[in-house]
Amino acid sequence: MTVIEEPEVDHAARLRSGRGVLRMSEVVAAEHGERLADEDDETMLVNMGPQHPSTHGVLRLMLEMRGEQVVRSKPIVGYLHTGMEKTAEDLTYLQGPTNVTRMDYASPFFTELAFSLATEKLLGIEVPERAVWIRMLMSELNRISSHLLFQATNGMDIGAVSVMIYGWRDREDVLRFFEKVTGLRMNHNYIRPGGVAADLPDGWRDDVLHLLDQIPPHLEDLDVLLSGQPIWRNRLQGVGVISTAEALDLGATGPILRSTGYDWDLRRDMPYLAYDQVDFDVVVGTFGDCYDRYAIRLNEIRESIRIVRQILDQMPAGDYKIQDKKVTPPPRARIDESMEALIHHFKIFTEGYKVPEGEVYVAVESPRGELGCYIVSDGSSKPYRMHVRGPSFVNLQCLPHMMVDGLIADTVAVISSVDPIMGEVDR
Amino acid sequence: MSDGDVAAAEPESAYGVPISWSRDQQILHPSREQYLDLVAALKDDGFVMCVDVTAVDYLAAPERSLPNGVVAERFEVVANLISHRDRRRVRVRVQVPADDPTCSSLWPLHAGVEALEREVFDLFGITFDGHPDMTRILLPEDWEGHPLRKDYAIGRIPVQFKGAEGRATSMRQMGSSPSAH
Repeated sequence: MTVIEEPEVDHAARLRSGRGVLRMSEVVAAEHGERLADEDDETMLVNMGPQHPSTHGVLRLMLEMRGEQVVRSKPIVGYLHTGMEKTAEDLTYLQGPTNVTRMDYASPFFTELAFSLATEKLLGIEVPERAVWIRMLMSELNRISSHLLFQATNGMDIGAVSVMIYGWRDREDVLRFFEKVTGLRMNHNYIRPGGVAADLPDGWRDDVLHLLDQIPPHLEDLDVLLSGQPIWRNRLQGVGVISTAEALDLGATGPILRSTGYDWDLRRDMPYLAYDQVDFDVVVGTFGDCYDRYAIRLNEIRESIRIVRQILDQMPAGDYKIQDKKVTPPPRARIDESMEALIHHFKIFTEGYKVPEGEVYVAVESPRGELGCYIVSDGSSKPYRMHVRGPSFVNLQCLPHMMVDGLIADTVAVISSVDPIMGEVDR
Repeated sequence: MSDGDVAAAEPESAYGVPISWSRDQQILHPSREQYLDLVAALKDDGFVMCVDVTAVDYLAAPERSLPNGVVAERFEVVANLISHRDRRRVRVRVQVPADDPTCSSLWPLHAGVEALEREVFDLFGITFDGHPDMTRILLPEDWEGHPLRKDYAIGRIPVQFKGAEGRATSMRQMGSSPSAH
């Protein structure tokens, strides 16, 4: 493990010195703006967003500038807050995935997965092997589509607009497969406690193989268009640098932590599903800059393709959801024959199933980092408390430290390299 | 995965605070005074990252199993720590009473809790001592109340249309619609 070391710098003290971090309320900022004209301040406050195209939805930044240079900054979030954690307390465990899937809309399978794994741990059930592998297949394809989305938006933010079209094109092909399997391009509600909603459709293997043949040459195109380009390198290399010690202190996970050379991936280091049965490499960077984060995501697509190929070889036959009558409704044919089966079916979809008392925290490696789900059950059929630890929400705190002393033009590159999804930040 | 036997063989306290197990996951129960020192000791012991800080309001379900010596209060602050070296997680739960909803901040040890503790303050109204910027994060600055508290009604908000009650009327009309059975 290579860790960037700068022994003479006390990272902990620097992070807490207030350098780069703007802690100012909007009221004070407004007063400051009015005062500005008649005082000879060296710095000025600039508002960026929440409708700025490079802010990935509704991120807003308050920037304190000295000329072109960022002195301090503050990310302002909450524009998409809809109280999803409060909503979850009013939905049964069966309805839960419909709610959480809307958080990280670029990688919805992962929130469904974290919620389902947490519920299953509370219930003490194990899902059938085929369901585990289907979940893995969908997760890895989703990682590919999410990272393709990153390539598209990152290219657009830096100014390589054609890359946007290329990224969206391939992502759309993956989403078309998701639509075939789950019925929806996004917000699938496919992974549910007890397994998955439906078995893979006929011909799924050919569809996946087609994707796996089609995407790698397009990644080569990206390498030609971007990776070696001097303009691209100049815009990203040495921009938005963060060290390992800072990333750990700030709770950064995923490609941000790995870009500093820190070798950590939950899929390999604390395996869930069947990740211990597939072979893949964890991609790490060296310098902790925007270029490393770009390159890590590009190469993680290649690793995910490797994993998907192994999943195709090893996909077991069998049930796609658990045959435990407690959580799975009876098959359709039984409902015609048996009154009890009809009642049972009705009860599962109205009252839901009861989950034993307790609390668990389960985390998965989403394309953005550690995605955790904390559920407290009071023994009823609805979570007493459901909390999602969103990686984007925590990762956003790196922004002021990455942007300090940089140019305003680089803020766009830095925001893009953090790859925040605001739906999951605000929940 | 360890099972119940392993859990039973474990001691009942660690780092001088009571421990409990929930579905094979270890939980430490420090008092509010012990909280910061405990997390500092854990950090020295390899738990280098604080991945999550959240809270639970037990107003509607005060009965819950806690180890001996821990008195249940209305709020619990829950911190999740991870040790990359040992590939292990540990959870810290602190009891916070309703009449004095404060708790020490982990910010001196883990800078990444800044946003997470602001979120807890915003949604539960628990303040953290030693936090550099105890302000709302998700809700507007002038919002009243703390929505994730159990006594914060979901309720409705006034809608800016004439005769906003019309929504309720239309709901009642739906009751007599043939499609409502």
